[in-house]
Amino acid sequence: MSGYRTALGRVRGLGSAKHGVGGFIAQRVSAAALVLLTLWGVYAALNLTRANYATAVIWMHAPLNAILMALLIAVGVFHMRIGLAEVILDYIERPTTKAALLTLNLFVAWLAGAVGVFSVLKVALSSGVY
Amino acid sequence: MSEAPAGQSPPKLAERPMSPYVSVWRWHLTMAVSIMHRVTGVALYGAALILAGWALALAAGPDAYDRFRLIVGSPLGKLALIGITFSLFYHLANGVRHLVWDFGSGFQLKTADLTAAAVVAFAALATLGVWIVAGATGGLA
Repeated sequence: MSGYRTALGRVRGLGSAKHGVGGFIAQRVSAAALVLLTLWGVYAALNLTRANYATAVIWMHAPLNAILMALLIAVGVFHMRIGLAEVILDYIERPTTKAALLTLNLFVAWLAGAVGVFSVLKVALSSGVY
Repeated sequence: MSEAPAGQSPPKLAERPMSPYVSVWRWHLTMAVSIMHRVTGVALYGAALILAGWALALAAGPDAYDRFRLIVGSPLGKLALIGITFSLFYHLANGVRHLVWDFGSGFQLKTADLTAAAVVAFAALATLGVWIVAGATGGLA
């Protein structure tokens, strides 16, 4: 019977337009991926504590390291964007402030993701130490 | 909003459960652990920006990378790294606790208290372990 109702009808009447749970699920699926990625990240950080520039570049040339580092950054910013949006929605009441902070959160997260992933690829695909 | 017509009592508000306001609730373990999940989550936001900064410094070249190592290796930088290590293990362990909850189990008060304590203990021990390893391999130098 719900098949006869439009999305607008559902929103105006009772219930949602069936999108509200998207962020909830995305947060949990990315969390599952981050359980493994962050544990690897700690291992990687321990390996890199003593590394100078040349050693770090060589480390990043290993495909597995570059792939996992890019994934850690990408999935990390995806997860943190949703998390901080939840915090903003909880504490900020003024609509304009809320919208501005949500937009800023989105921009910062995507910028950090773009900078991080591009940098990893640049180092990983560069030929040798310069 | 229009006024209710005279002679008609205002609609009764349903008695729904309230959010646990900090000012009206006695502090207890599960509450503190829940609040800390959010605090560590926000701290890890900063950590992600530092991680992106590390990748950027590596891509920018030797000078930028040395500058990054100098800042992160400073006493204040190390203090931040210790905080990040703890936040990571805490948010990780409590995140797994939340995932278990999502499947509908672990809500009994005793279980929730026990897992809350386990999360704090794990985060503290794992942080200590990582920094002992870092010290032993020269990471603290």
